[in-house]
Amino acid sequence: MANITNQATKDRSEARAEATRGGVFFTPRVDIVETDGELTLFAEVPGVRPEDVDLRYEKGELVLHGRVKPSANRQAMLLQEYEEGDFYRAFNISESIDASRISAECKNGLLTVHLPKVESVRPRQITVRGA
Amino acid sequence: MRSSRWQAFNPVWNQLQQFQDEMNRLFDRWGNGNAFNAASGFPALNVWEDGEEVHVEAELPGQDLKDVEIYVSGGNQLTIKGERKPNLPEKGVWHRQERVFGSFNRSLTLPFPVDADKVDARLDNGVLHIQLTKHESARPRKIPVKAD
Repeated sequence: MANITNQATKDRSEARAEATRGGVFFTPRVDIVETDGELTLFAEVPGVRPEDVDLRYEKGELVLHGRVKPSANRQAMLLQEYEEGDFYRAFNISESIDASRISAECKNGLLTVHLPKVESVRPRQITVRGA
Repeated sequence: MRSSRWQAFNPVWNQLQQFQDEMNRLFDRWGNGNAFNAASGFPALNVWEDGEEVHVEAELPGQDLKDVEIYVSGGNQLTIKGERKPNLPEKGVWHRQERVFGSFNRSLTLPFPVDADKVDARLDNGVLHIQLTKHESARPRKIPVKAD
């Protein structure tokens, strides 16, 4: 398997109008894959506990906010290669998603969001009967 | 073998370090690893000391602890290696692919020897936390002063 050469696992987020407290926001890296039944979104949110994920769907927009508990006071840093901060990202969801059935789980800092398609857009196998 | 240069932590130094890392990235792009090849590589590390302990943290979201190996060798050499395996649906259409997978190997020279028998590692919500204890010889020693 190839070696990972890029050090970063997240990117600093652009300024948000909504930020009400200081601190840095990061854009989590995501994979989105579409299968017959659903769109699945995988977002990397290291340091976020499942109960600290705030996932909202409103007016066709899926908003992800992961809170990272500020770390203990580290006086004697010897090396700092990354910063800690909350994760924020928003996605426009097409109408073909059944918003009422969106579900999500968070394990080991990986958030998985299931976005099921509405019944009418799912591919359907049509049985062909002999005469 | 990548090694890190250690300096007292302060904001100015940190900025210099960031600038240096930028330069390294620039040179690395031309395939010209040079003498400035200080701390870089995956995963990014945060290291701090707290009395007799040294803490190393790395963000490894979605990682299984069984796919991570940690070694302490030569007294002060810490190596973290492993593999990031994709756990994705086999078939489907990709809309975005931003996460990285593959193997990684990161070595770090600590500024003091550590006790290889006292290494504790855990994965907490995708953050790897390694706790090391400074070796006896690196600890401050109180010298009793005798009065006549």
